This record gives sequence, C-alpha cells and structure tokens, in this order.
Amino acid sequence: MKKVYINSIACISAQKTFDNSEFLDEVIIHEDQVVYAVEPVYKDFIPPAAARRMAKGIKMGVAASKMAIKEANLKNVDAIITGTGMGCLRDSEKFLSGIIDNNEQFLTPTSFIQSTHNTVGGQIALELQCKGYNFTYVHGSNSFESALLDAKLQIELDEAQNILIGGVDELGEHTTKLHKLIHHIKEEKVTTNTLLESKSSGSMFSEGASFFVLANKKQESTYAEVVSVKIYNTLSQNEVSELVLSFLKENDLDIEDIDAVVLGNNGDFKFDGFYNELTSTIFNNTQQICYKHLFGEFNTVSPMGIWVALKILKTQTLPEILKLNKKETSSYKYILLYNQYRGENHSFTLLKTC
Amino acid sequence: MSKGIAITGMGIISAIGNNVAENFQSLVEAKKGISRISKIDTIHKDEIMVGEIAYTNSELEQLLDLSPDNNYSRTGLLGVLAAKEAVANAGIKDINTYKTGLVSATSVGGMDMTEQYYYEYLESDRNYKYIEGHHAGDSSQKIAEQLGINKSLVTTISTACSSAANAIMLGARLIKSGQLDRVIVGGSDCMSKFTINGFKTLMILSDTYNTPFDENRKGLNLGEAAAYLVLESDAVVKAENKNVLAYIKGYGNANDAFHQTASSDHGDGATLAMEKALQVAGYSAKDIDYINAHGTATGNNDLSEGRAIIRVFGENVPEFSSTKAYTGHTLAAAGAIEAVYSILALQNNVIYPNLNFKTQMKEFSITPQLKLKEKTLQTVMSNSFGFGGNCSTVIFSKEQ
Amino acid sequence: MEALKQELKENIIEQLNLEDMTVEDIADDDMLFGDGLALDSIDALELIVMLDKNYGIKLTDPKEGRAIFESINTMAAYITEHRSK
Repeated sequence: MKKVYINSIACISAQKTFDNSEFLDEVIIHEDQVVYAVEPVYKDFIPPAAARRMAKGIKMGVAASKMAIKEANLKNVDAIITGTGMGCLRDSEKFLSGIIDNNEQFLTPTSFIQSTHNTVGGQIALELQCKGYNFTYVHGSNSFESALLDAKLQIELDEAQNILIGGVDELGEHTTKLHKLIHHIKEEKVTTNTLLESKSSGSMFSEGASFFVLANKKQESTYAEVVSVKIYNTLSQNEVSELVLSFLKENDLDIEDIDAVVLGNNGDFKFDGFYNELTSTIFNNTQQICYKHLFGEFNTVSPMGIWVALKILKTQTLPEILKLNKKETSSYKYILLYNQYRGENHSFTLLKTC
Repeated sequence: MSKGIAITGMGIISAIGNNVAENFQSLVEAKKGISRISKIDTIHKDEIMVGEIAYTNSELEQLLDLSPDNNYSRTGLLGVLAAKEAVANAGIKDINTYKTGLVSATSVGGMDMTEQYYYEYLESDRNYKYIEGHHAGDSSQKIAEQLGINKSLVTTISTACSSAANAIMLGARLIKSGQLDRVIVGGSDCMSKFTINGFKTLMILSDTYNTPFDENRKGLNLGEAAAYLVLESDAVVKAENKNVLAYIKGYGNANDAFHQTASSDHGDGATLAMEKALQVAGYSAKDIDYINAHGTATGNNDLSEGRAIIRVFGENVPEFSSTKAYTGHTLAAAGAIEAVYSILALQNNVIYPNLNFKTQMKEFSITPQLKLKEKTLQTVMSNSFGFGGNCSTVIFSKEQ
Repeated sequence: MEALKQELKENIIEQLNLEDMTVEDIADDDMLFGDGLALDSIDALELIVMLDKNYGIKLTDPKEGRAIFESINTMAAYITEHRSK
C-alpha cells in the first residue's frame, strides 16, 4: 500500500494564516462569540471576471486551493475533494429569504446555484480546468475528515497521485442568529483568552477554508505523512480512551510515542468532557494542544487543527498560545488529533514527520 | 478486471411506489407518478408538475413509530423508510455482527423544515428542534441511528444530482479497501419550495409531463424519493451464504469543468465518467446491455448526454432509456433510485420504456427504447450528472 | 430612450456584479454576450428577471432573450415596445 503525504497547506481563517511563511507570529485575540475570517487580497488569486459572482466561501476555497497547489509545485491535480458543513450559507439564506419575502417572485439563479453544496468544489475544478474526480462531503464536523479518508484510500489504492482536499464554511447572518437562539453560539461575549475555561454552553463561531495537497510521493515541501484517519458517528464519553488505545495499537504505537495531542476543545462545558476524558487520563503526561480559541468553531475547523499540527511537525516549534498544558517537549514525531462536535461525528487523525 | 462488489439488499420509496415491488410494477406497467403538486403551497403550482410521494409526514412518522417530539425532516423520514427496507431485504438481523457503515446522499437535507420556520424561529421557540436538523448530515445520522449503526463510519455526500451515484462509488471503495465489511449506500431528497424555485429561476422546469430525449422537451419535473443498497464484502457473502442481487462492477466520476450548472455541448465530463467506469469494470463498450440514462428532459442534458453516449458507444449504442418520466428528477437520490431500477432490470431481464417520447431529436439519430422490452441482460450502465460539472457512471452486472 | 439606456447600464453593472466597470465602459451597441462584455447564460437568466421585475415583461423561454439582450440598443428598443410598468 502506498504511503500518503501532505505536500502543501493553505489556510484562510480567523487568524492571519494565509501567509504561510509565518506560524501564528501575531495572534489576533478575538473578543466576540462570532469571529470572521481574515481574508487575503482575492485579486491575487482569482481573475475579477471569475470572481464577480463568487460567494465568500467560494473565494476562500478557490484562493486557498491555488495557494496549496502552488506550494506543492503542481499545475493540476488528479482529484478535488471538498468538505463543507453548510456550503455557501449566505447565498442559501439570500435565496430562501427571497422566496419568503417576495412570495416566490423575481428570484435570480445565482444565489440558488451557489447554495448547492458542491459549488466550491465545482468552481475549483472550473478554475483549474480539472476534469478529474470531484466529491463533496457534507457531514457536520466530519465533512473534512470524510474527504481526507476518501483521498487517503485513493492514494493507497494507487487510483491517484496528487489530490487536493479541503474544508470550507462561511458564516451566515440568519443562521448565526438561529444558532444563538439554541445556544450553539454562546449567549455572552467571550474572548480567545477565556473561551476554553468558560463554563457555559455553546462556542465561538467562525469560518474559513483549509486546503492541502495529498500525494503518494515525498518532496521538499512535504509536511508529514497521514498515518491513519478514523471517523465515528457516535461514541460515548467513557469509550474515548479505550478507543484511542486500540487506535494506537492498530498503528503499533504506545501512548509514549505520541508527542502531542491536538484537541477540539471549544469551550462548551457540555461537550468538552470528551476531551477532558483524554487529557485527565491517558494523555495526562502528553503535550496537549488546543486551537479553537484562535480559530472558532464550525463544521470544517478541524482541518485548522491539522494545519496547526503540520506547522508544528515541519517547524518543530509550538507557539505558547496553543498549549493547554506545559510540557517540555523538544521534538515532535507523532501528533494525534481528536475532534467531535456536540458529542457526534468524532474523528481521530494520526500524523507523522517524514 | 476488478471483482465486483456484492449488492445484497435494496429499498426504495418514490412517486411510483412505496417499496421495491411497487416500483417495479409501475415500471413494467408504464405507470408514471407525475402530477400537480399537492403538499407544498407554491405560486408555481399550475406551471409545474412533480413526482410526489403520497404519504404525509405524519403518516411516515407513524410508519416509523417516531415520538411526537422527533425533529425529522421529510428527507430523513423517506431515507429511514427506504434504508430499513434495504436492510430487511438483505436479511440482516443484527447489523453489528459485521463492521457496517452508512454513506448517504442529499442535497435538500432539512431545508423543508427550515423554509417553513425560517422567520418563525425569531418569534417563537415552538419549532427550535428543527434548527439543528437543517444541515445535510442530519438525515444520515438519523438513518444510522434507526438502523442501529453506532460507533462507525457514517458520512454524507452532496454533489447535486450525482450525489447518490457517488455514495455508491464510495461504498464500493470502502468495501474494496477493507475499511468496512458492509455499507448501506444511497440517497434521499424531499420536495421543497427552495428547490422548486431554484430550478424555476434556471427556467428548466417543464409545465407538463417531462419528455426525455424528445426534440420538443421542455424541461424536467422535480421528484422526491429515497433509495438504499446494502453492499457486502465477499467474506460476509460467503460466511452468511447470502443471496446476491447484482454486483457493482465499475464506477467513474469526472468533472466537466465547463460551467456552473450546464453540461458541455459534447458531454466531455459524461464521456470521461462512462469511460472510467468501463475501465474499472474491465469492460469495453460492447459489454453494456442497457443504459439507464440520466435523461432529465432538459434541452441541455439530453443533447450533451446523447452526444457523450455516441462518443463512448459509437455505432453500437445499446438500448437506453430515462426513467425520469416516471419519477421526476429526484436530485441527490436519483443515482440510488436508478441503481435499484438497474438491478431490477438485471434480475428480470427487462428494459423500461422511455415514456412520453414523440419526436426524434434532430442533432443525432439515436432513439431511446420506447416499449417495454425483454432482453437477457448481463450488465446495465447508469448515468447521473449534476451541477458543478459533476458526472458519474456506475455499472451493475449479474456476474462478479 | 437615452435615460432608459443609462438606467439599463447601471442596473446591469449592479445586478451582474461587474465591479470593475462603469456606465461609460458600455457602449450602446457593444455586444453584451460573446466578444463584448462576455456575459454568460446565468447572466441571461438574471437579465430575464430584471425585465420582469423592472418593466413587467415576462419571458417564458430563455431562447427569446438572445435577440433582446444583444446590446443595450436592442434591450432598450424591446423594453420601450413591451413594457407594462
């Protein structure tokens, strides 16, 4: 079976991550429970004629794709696999409110077209003129991991050599209101410095796009090897540790082999217990890392955890702001990621330096 | 040549029947399920026709024995019903005996509820339960729960009208690679005001019965449906001495990379998808006995698909027909609906008529099958194409 | 007629997000599709909605739009003849 490498990364997030020469050199301390992406100048990546109809999610996705392809030193890829929880939400809202407000009259097609979940993947294919395999996964917090798993299988089975994968979601005004009503977004203001310790329900919501090139060959730009990815629709809190142990065993690893664990804590006191289950037991002595206080929570924020892990593996440095506990880890070989959202759609991803 | 993946169960609900047997009966009796819309109040009701499922939501909730405080969208309700039929059809007693996953497809998701309560949410908490049911993955989580699939791989694909074909494709790969022993694959989409108006803005809805591959076709009829297949590894088939309905022999997905919604004039993506599927199956074009075409009856699709079929099959195009005239275009579910129809065609050695056809298209000379035809079938090719240039082909066969 | 043409140019720029263009960039006889402004079939659908919403003109077949949307001149002429508001 072929090994699977990540040869490039690109991230547009609530931090200034689109400049890949930096690694959170300057951190934006958020002071709201809804935080927006810091966007690059899109004209540098997308011709204006093509950009004129593009939703924010499409622009973020296309720009991040182009960055990732450039870093991997490729002209094109064999496949494009995208994950998105909600697709281009603003256009869905615009079209739906248009239907209701104007009693189904004078509706225009653009926002309907962009509300289709695979519109980002389709636009990337159009921009790259990539006629290869093009899938879009839309499964909550496992949208991106589904794409990762699909790409990994194709490379292992030698069906493709280079695959562009990514996760993208945008904030929509109405949906944000609704998520506040049901306390998925915190009622009270919260900051980067207080999110992880907050004792209330809900999280800080955000948006962004993360894209990567997966390949069957190592090259100078390679960040890491993807050793394993597993997704689960359900898990109970008391099963998590046991599952991690068997996951490591399947990969011939012990707890001590894991140099850092990247966790999806989002400050929701009802669900962070899943992570505490690991940090207070088997990973008690391991470097623990969190990132959602910087990037917010949304369906495809988990690849930003992967972005963090890959930067650590490549630079062998760990910015203080990411540390949940203080360990004197000096070198990083294996990093394990665990994520879930509201107790559903759990994922475990194991990365290794190369 | 790669080995086919065994299909051991199937389930379906569509405008032409609430289960596999009813669907087959309608297909052979040329009974279409297209009518004026009755369940959604839309100003377009006199200008469109649709393929509606007769059950109301509350009837479906009763059939599934759901508690009154459930938050199922119609997409979820239809999906559970069809998936349960598939699992029962596969003779599965305890789903957790083998490592079982679910790959489901949808484009509408919980939009049917969102569009009803969109502004009401801001005024009253009465229907808050539907807010978290909006996202596309919600119906898949519910189907998994209802089937008893826990702690396993469950995911959702949304690539517009090719979604369910892609779910079948991923399922086949998950079995091939040994990730799962068994996977339930398919899709579900209910009717919604959102999709009706969306397709209306694209001006591709017919005001009468849709007429695939007809020179004077006026566009598509939307339909609602759900269908699922049970795929099992050879080891499970052997250990359980399973009856195999058919095999997934080949599959291919390609992108047209031409336009956000329209297909390229000569069907580049469609051609690539069919060629890839043949290649995976280890077949050449002459090995295909029947094509269940995408055939939506829009001006653009049928011309582009017809040309692509000619590019792949040359002078020897096998019998082909679109079953969209029966069911309407069921969007993300279409690939699964037509997978069930393809398997039924193989099992019964019949080719379904392409209903409502009157006039030959002038751009080419191929004509769909117009009458029910008995023919010994070994293989069936099924096409599904969607927005975003997404083109998919799956090949089903009797032999592994 | 001149006022209508001006109005059409403004609306086209706004409705179709032609951000980099101004009214002066569009000549009355410029081809809107093809070589001129290079609009596409989705833009044509947007223009059909504009005819309905602003001028009360309903087209039922997108093919009808081809001749009407050839240029600002042809659009203005058609609207003048057929408008109901």
